[in-house]
Amino acid sequence: MKLLTGNELRSGAVTWWTGNGWSIHVEDAADVGEHGEAILHAEEGARRVNAPYIIDALPTANGPRPAHIKDRIRALGPTVRADFSLKPADPAAGDWII
Amino acid sequence: MYKYDNYDQAIVDARVADFRDQVKRRIAGEITEDQFKPLRLMNGLYLQLHAYMLRVAIPYGTLDSRQMRMLAHIARKYDRDYGHFTTRQNIQYNWIKLEECADILEELATVEMHAIQTSGNCIRNISSDQYAGAAADEVVDPRPWAELLRQWSTFHPEFSYLPRKFKIAVIASAEDRAAMRLHDIGLELIRKDGELGARVFVGGGMGRTPMIAPEINPFVKADDLLSYLEACLRVYNRYGRRDNIYKARIKILIHEIGADEYRGQVAEEFAHVKTLGIDPPLAELERISAFFAPPAYDASDVEPDRSDPDFAVWLDQNVKPHKQAGYAIVNISLKPIGGIPGDATSAQIDVMADLAEKYSFDELRVTHAQNIVLPYVAKRDLYAVWQGLRDAELADANLDLISDIIACPGLDYCSLANARSIPVAQKIATRFADMDRQRDLGELKLKISGCINACGHHHAGHIGILGVDRKGVENYQLTFGGSGAEDVSIGKIIGPGFDEDGVVDAVEKATEVYKALRQGDERFVDTYRRVGMNPFKEAIYG
Ligand code: HEM
Ligand code: SF4
Repeated sequence: MKLLTGNELRSGAVTWWTGNGWSIHVEDAADVGEHGEAILHAEEGARRVNAPYIIDALPTANGPRPAHIKDRIRALGPTVRADFSLKPADPAAGDWII
Repeated sequence: MYKYDNYDQAIVDARVADFRDQVKRRIAGEITEDQFKPLRLMNGLYLQLHAYMLRVAIPYGTLDSRQMRMLAHIARKYDRDYGHFTTRQNIQYNWIKLEECADILEELATVEMHAIQTSGNCIRNISSDQYAGAAADEVVDPRPWAELLRQWSTFHPEFSYLPRKFKIAVIASAEDRAAMRLHDIGLELIRKDGELGARVFVGGGMGRTPMIAPEINPFVKADDLLSYLEACLRVYNRYGRRDNIYKARIKILIHEIGADEYRGQVAEEFAHVKTLGIDPPLAELERISAFFAPPAYDASDVEPDRSDPDFAVWLDQNVKPHKQAGYAIVNISLKPIGGIPGDATSAQIDVMADLAEKYSFDELRVTHAQNIVLPYVAKRDLYAVWQGLRDAELADANLDLISDIIACPGLDYCSLANARSIPVAQKIATRFADMDRQRDLGELKLKISGCINACGHHHAGHIGILGVDRKGVENYQLTFGGSGAEDVSIGKIIGPGFDEDGVVDAVEKATEVYKALRQGDERFVDTYRRVGMNPFKEAIYG
């Protein structure tokens, strides 16, 4: 599957395209199929996202898993500061990255 | 410490106002990201993995307690309560919001700080010896020269769009504590027959093509120095490879045309530049130097009481001789075992500011090894300083030992990274946590970069670690034998790479080979240089 991701313009936070908007949770990300480029241009033009790009991901029972480690780290947060990750209460969350 | 004059303050304030307007226009959609990106980079604002990242300049790594407290305040109010001190003696904040950035710069400007020329193809923040003004071995205090270069290079119209970034270091001791010859220009201030001048090295650097700067001039008189540097940059600006980003640094130009040809061209250009009268009049130099006059030393020479064993270890490891009797240089390690190299919390930054104000004539330094220095501590106060540091978890006695690791942010934060650096540093430090073991290994400079850009100075590590991407999996290459000091050298790759745990094991095996083979008081790097790669390779891959 293909995902569309980028950063929020004002806050810089990592965001994922959900099919009808943006979410900071990769679990909400939608497969953009062949439409990635078109959505990317429309959303970037409307300043709802900054520096967007399209990535490969695998569908899993817990939602999409980005193919590259860099995007998995973007999805969760720095592995060395679990307290700043999106799952600070789950000490095993980092295992998902490796 | 240098104090801004009206002109310095005015240009910094004007830049903040410009940037506020640029951010407003970006958010309102009047300019695109393509148009905005070069503008934000001119103000140190990058977009990284999780957020915007702001790099704040700390000119030649020198700051006072008021500025240090401002760094803590920014971390607390606009970031997540910590900052990352870098190998270029700057600080980076990892969680900055675009809409708050102008406010941050405005606050920084109130204490004579900014983020100008911390990015882009210009002359970057000048770096220097963290012991400047205090070192027992210095010929002269290099800071007035670093300050002069700061003023010369700030908004220099001809050098704002160089072929590539440009980094200058100034030192004034035979011992090189600033990796001087791994800069685009390295200056070593010296005296010849009583006259002050500089040895000028040009064309060093790290990155994907590491090079040691050759000496381009053995002695440029102080009176000619700015003109000479202007000539060095002009030749580069004219002939540097703008066609290829990987060949655009001055090191490639000098490598391609040769040091002799470059030297000749600089000499020709210098003959012209010298007629322009850009070298400052003596009065201006004296005005700048006056800001760096020695502090009002008043302590008598008493040795500290060593009866507290933890304090004694710290004294031996982190405290260095001072040029003034009765004083010492204190190194504060930002490398707690298992911590993140170079990170400090707002509270810790405040503690260091308080200690500087109380015990170090209000001054601090940032080191290229990502530590902090209190340059002027009276020996009678060392115990009190140590207690203050200990209470803030800042008293690790590991300066220059294997756990005093330089590490770039790597894939945990950096969008250019191939692999994570910080977890490797944490695992190595934890493996060698035992202080006796570390001290037995002695000086061992371990440096880690998360990609070939070499921000973590891995080429200059006695042991260097480079993160690479092997088909989407993090992999680590080991290099041995590098040095950023006066025995400067570039490390060599020892063989195939390792995974994260494998590289930690390999480092441990290398230390065992060293222990078995060392002679006398050889350091790791000395033994390696004497016996060569093979015994290490056999132990690691055998
Ligand atoms: C996270 C954002 C960063 C980015 C995007 C970045 C980017 C780069 C790039 C592209 C280079 C290679 C330049 C070249 O070879 O022409 C480089 C070199 C370097 N960077 Fe960074 N860097 C970052 C963070 C850091 C940090 C945190 C430090 C200090 C710990 C640092 C210190 C250096 C140094 C010392 C060099 C080597 C200079 C040389 O090539 O001569 N950088 N950086
Ligand atoms: S060396 Fe690479 S990974 Fe590390 S900070 Fe520099 S650009 Fe990023």
